[in-house]
Amino acid sequence: MNKILEVRNLSKIYGPGCPLCLESTGPEADTNLCPHCGSVVAIHDVSFDLFEGEILGVMGESGSGKSTVVKNLYFDQAPSSGEAIFYDRDKQHDLFALNAAQQRWLRNHRFGMVYQNPHLGLNFNISAGGNIAERLLMSDLMDYGAIRERAKALLARTEVLLSRVDDLPKNFSGGMQQRVQIAKALATQPPLLFLDEVTTGLDLSVQARILDLILEIQQELKTAMVVVTHDLGVIRLLTGRAIVMKYGRVIEAGLTDQILEDPQHAYTQRLVASAL
Amino acid sequence: MNAFSHAQSGNAYNFGFLDEYAKKEVRRAILKAIAIPGYQVPYASREMPMGRGFGTGGLQLTLSLIGPEEILKVIDQGSDDSVNAVNLRHFIEMTCPGVSTTTKTTECTLIQSRHRIPELPLTSNQIVVLQVPYPDPLVVVEPSEDKRKTMHGEADYSRLLVKLYEDIVKFDEITISHRYPTRINGHYVIDPSPIPRWDVPKLNASAALILFGAGREKKIYAVPPHTKAEPLAFSDVPFRVEDFRDEHGHRRACTRCGCTDSFLDEFAADSGSKTYQCSDSDWCDEQMLLARQTEGEPA
Amino acid sequence: MLQPILQVEAYGKHFQLHEQNKLIPSSHNVNFSVSAGCLTALVGPTGAGKSSVLKGIYRTYLPSAGRILYRDAMGHELDLILASEHQILELRRREIGFVTQFLHCLPRQATLDVVAQPLLVLGVSRDEARQRAAELLSAMNLPERLWSVSPATFSGGERQRVNLARGFIAKPRLLLLDEPTASLDPATAERVIGLVEGLKSEGTAMLAIFHHPETTRRLADQVVELAPPPAVEELLKEIA
Repeated sequence: MNKILEVRNLSKIYGPGCPLCLESTGPEADTNLCPHCGSVVAIHDVSFDLFEGEILGVMGESGSGKSTVVKNLYFDQAPSSGEAIFYDRDKQHDLFALNAAQQRWLRNHRFGMVYQNPHLGLNFNISAGGNIAERLLMSDLMDYGAIRERAKALLARTEVLLSRVDDLPKNFSGGMQQRVQIAKALATQPPLLFLDEVTTGLDLSVQARILDLILEIQQELKTAMVVVTHDLGVIRLLTGRAIVMKYGRVIEAGLTDQILEDPQHAYTQRLVASAL
Repeated sequence: MNAFSHAQSGNAYNFGFLDEYAKKEVRRAILKAIAIPGYQVPYASREMPMGRGFGTGGLQLTLSLIGPEEILKVIDQGSDDSVNAVNLRHFIEMTCPGVSTTTKTTECTLIQSRHRIPELPLTSNQIVVLQVPYPDPLVVVEPSEDKRKTMHGEADYSRLLVKLYEDIVKFDEITISHRYPTRINGHYVIDPSPIPRWDVPKLNASAALILFGAGREKKIYAVPPHTKAEPLAFSDVPFRVEDFRDEHGHRRACTRCGCTDSFLDEFAADSGSKTYQCSDSDWCDEQMLLARQTEGEPA
Repeated sequence: MLQPILQVEAYGKHFQLHEQNKLIPSSHNVNFSVSAGCLTALVGPTGAGKSSVLKGIYRTYLPSAGRILYRDAMGHELDLILASEHQILELRRREIGFVTQFLHCLPRQATLDVVAQPLLVLGVSRDEARQRAAELLSAMNLPERLWSVSPATFSGGERQRVNLARGFIAKPRLLLLDEPTASLDPATAERVIGLVEGLKSEGTAMLAIFHHPETTRRLADQVVELAPPPAVEELLKEIA
């Protein structure tokens, strides 16, 4: 197995920052808000590796910085410091050293993202098929017939009724919107997919079917995924390894079953105990 | 010679209405626009003694380029006689003493136009100035100018293409009738002003320099001579121009000159029936002249 | 006896519960080895930490003390306590199986696919994997009408059979069994015992905890008796 992503010392601070920021925030300080300068230390010193075809879970409560991690890696935000190397076939990309166009290229061709809020991942003014077409057009596929076929195939794969390919996403249910998002993310068959709380807020039965879909896709396409969630059930079902975050720091990392059955950190123990 | 040498006693205004500094600034913007084909160069659009939207952008380009030796043609939707064209021509004649004007495409060296490019192929001795209401083709998909600039810089036009995709889904063809997004020199996509699809191929590898001026939006851009201009399209749904076919599939002809290969305007007669005429009035006149000459010659 | 593929040396496990500020001993000073084609049974009273040994080997628990030396298919020896997470995942995929009493699976996945899964991961074709799964399930007496539905709704005994089939299908080099026959009826238990013997004869090394002493007597080549761990105070003294 080969490494696909290597994240080292990733940090993101909102605000001016001061020399006391880091020591004044984190799990021990029980806050991510620096009392001296008012900056928010969203994440600090986050490091992990991801291997080809592997699903890594990033778990934690809201405000733990888990979404910030994937937003930085997907270039939605720029980190304050840190490094991430993406190993793509025989090339390697130093993600935060790339220029905007190179980052956009990777985003459109080699990464996929599914957001909790479908408004972030989908253009609600264009049809479901149009949303997928957009991603294909970004990667320079210019044949209308081929684009349409591919869009339909992707929607069929994600179990969206083909009769709805030309409907606007706003007329879809929440679960269906997530399916369209997943179809869009997969359009370019990216080797790396980020999933940010994709099932949060959905009905349990809908959640289960989306999780099924994600796992099936992972097994079919061998896509590596980073799954951000506060839901231990999602972590257990989807991921092989996980990191636990609190107030912007990684407090525990390990095999998922080990974290759930033998958590080491006090916070994780409390989290797991409260979920059972 | 100083910058104000054209100013004459008794004339309250400088030659070309604009002061020389303003002209220089516009010319610098033009040069930059030529150097970066299709790129929208911002410039300090001046107040003109007419409302924004009446061709003030094109007018400033014309006034900055024009010299006393220039032969000018002003058209509006193909016609030299429409109110807007006549007014602009008068204004230029008034503020540019010595400049001659013409309605003949063959004679002019500078053409200011709204919504049309003449039918007659232009030459390298000619410059076309098109009046532009909305310079940015991305404005329909992205409201933030900041983001649009980045998209242009990265040649990210996928969202425009999605518009075309949605068009085909809904109507089985691309329905954009004018302002057809066109990629210049393989990078920047421009809004070629409200010219019909018919005129878009004329931008490609044109012998004449084609300039675009947006007065209200304060942008100048250019398609330099012999530069590639490709309308956005899909490989299997190519761009096509208006075909002017009647219900029987026959190409309509101009009711005035009989021409069957020009862009036609549709007129509703009082009876309710529709008639068609060349949109380019000079072209139409030339065709009639030509027909009369051929008729007059012995067989 | 063959050279062991697993050697557990002075294995210990205790839990540190931060919230209650408590130390809970689980296993203490466990020593044994497991060889290919042999079954080692762990016996001992409740609370002796039998399951904790299995979970420590599988790394579901992080061991607190000792060494767990494993010789992989390539002949390399590594300490499972120190192995990287990716090494463990790879071993779980290719060499080490674990049959527990719990079954975690996707809500919509058909039983046949749940069982076939470990083979798919190894690159076996879907048809072949499902074929092997079907053979195992019928050998375990699971009614065919259940094969196409998800095991989520199954009874304890039915689930256990799915779990066993899933554990057996890839014929791992080392198989950990935690009370695999506990909720089976005698006839089915008998079939499972037959399958375990079959795997053993094909060379799988097994480490098992059985509910019934009778099963241990019939299947075990070696029995390891675990004593309950010492009291917390003694453990603390030892750690210090």
